[in-house]
Amino acid sequence: MNSTNRTVVVTGIGATTPLGGDAASTWEGLLAGRSGISLIEEDWAAELPVRIAGRIAVEPTETIPRPQARKLDRSAQFALVAADEAWKDAGFTAKAGEDTAVDPDRLGAVIASGIGGVTTLLDQYDVLKEKGVRRVSPHTVPMLMPNSPAANVGITLNARAGVHTPVSACASGAEAIGYAIEMIRTGRADIVVAGGTEAAIHPLPIAAFGNMMAMSKNNDDPQGASRPYDRDRNGFVLGEGAGVVVLESEEHAKARGARIYAEAVGQGISADAHHITQPEPSGNGIAAALQHLVDNTGLKPAEIVHINAHATSTPQGDVGEIKALRQAFGDDVDHMAIASTKSMTGHLLGGAGGVETVATVLALYHRMAPPTINVENLDPEVDADIIRGEPRPLPEGTIAALNDSFGFGGHNVVLAFRTV
Amino acid sequence: MAATEKEIVDGLAEIVNEIAGIPVEDVQLDKSFTDDLDVDSLSMVEVVVAAEERFDVKIPDDDVKNLKTVGDATKYILEHQG
Repeated sequence: MNSTNRTVVVTGIGATTPLGGDAASTWEGLLAGRSGISLIEEDWAAELPVRIAGRIAVEPTETIPRPQARKLDRSAQFALVAADEAWKDAGFTAKAGEDTAVDPDRLGAVIASGIGGVTTLLDQYDVLKEKGVRRVSPHTVPMLMPNSPAANVGITLNARAGVHTPVSACASGAEAIGYAIEMIRTGRADIVVAGGTEAAIHPLPIAAFGNMMAMSKNNDDPQGASRPYDRDRNGFVLGEGAGVVVLESEEHAKARGARIYAEAVGQGISADAHHITQPEPSGNGIAAALQHLVDNTGLKPAEIVHINAHATSTPQGDVGEIKALRQAFGDDVDHMAIASTKSMTGHLLGGAGGVETVATVLALYHRMAPPTINVENLDPEVDADIIRGEPRPLPEGTIAALNDSFGFGGHNVVLAFRTV
Repeated sequence: MAATEKEIVDGLAEIVNEIAGIPVEDVQLDKSFTDDLDVDSLSMVEVVVAAEERFDVKIPDDDVKNLKTVGDATKYILEHQG
């Protein structure tokens, strides 16, 4: 317990995404290059300039009993589904304490969301206006608070070492996993269930993001709308879902004979301090996070063979990230096979870092990186090896991969994983 | 027309089933909302609001704390329904 620099590993994964209701089906969809984007059929979308989104493939109410589900925002439902899968995948049979392999006082939960229970907030405001004060659900506050997914996962698994919710827009999920790695590395917990979730497919967020000119309006071609690195990309497509991993000290994992997917090497963090939504154009902010990763963890750029990029399909952002990689890693970028899985899932905002960490870890575990779809004409400014069309086998030996996540506000978070 | 005791119990059973998922046949006069029927303090507010609408009765917040059992609620509604 006195150790302050413990090795952290990934022992469980879970996801519920537009591609599938679990990590396995999501992974299969990613390798197959399948798009999870479709037209929003509901009446409320008819007047919106953006009518496409990445809806969850399997509704969480298929597994969460209705009395419980009606007290949970959709974002918390997603988190519980993904956390339950990750927990069982790590080999645990019951919540901490009941499964004696886990001490509740040494278990943490860090689940992030970018926006929190926004659909609950807006739906209950509709109830207030249409049906009056008395009909507003008494569950509204615990449903909409952004720490609700983390708290519900913590209660469900009996996590008493600490339950946290970093909020940094689209970097939130990655920041949660980085925070969890630190909890274990510094000895505050042996196991932390960590990830991100988001459920923001509702007319208000879509109207608002749309008015920021941040979203693709390719309503005529939903599956081709999210096209990171393509010359004709014109904004992100909103997705929903959650990705969760079980992080564990290597010592604890080995002592119980757990399957280890990868080492969670650590994180690099910086802030742009530039503009509330625009990325810093020189790439200095992202490059600083990449440099921090190297300084913080000792990871060598030569080890990095794959990057699950942030690339959301916006004209500025996709190129800025590549420039920053060149700035930080120089010619080493040449041996990094880069993919944006957002081309298939859409952008899950605070859920992105969770789902993309699952994808990054699985890429290392299977030594196979997913492609980026819809790159018909690679933007000539993208000076890097973008995996297109087919998945890419990754080399033998000890290899590392990164997951980049950046958020409105200028938050830059880079997570690193390595084969074991 | 005022509801009978049986109609009130049946109505509360449907409400508790909807909110807490408890089978309707388990909702009996002697059952405690919190201890037996998985209705926590927040869900109790939902039960009360649903009962108010169904039985045309007003149940002030100060009175809710006295409604421990299905029998308490049934008696209250019988006495106060419009």
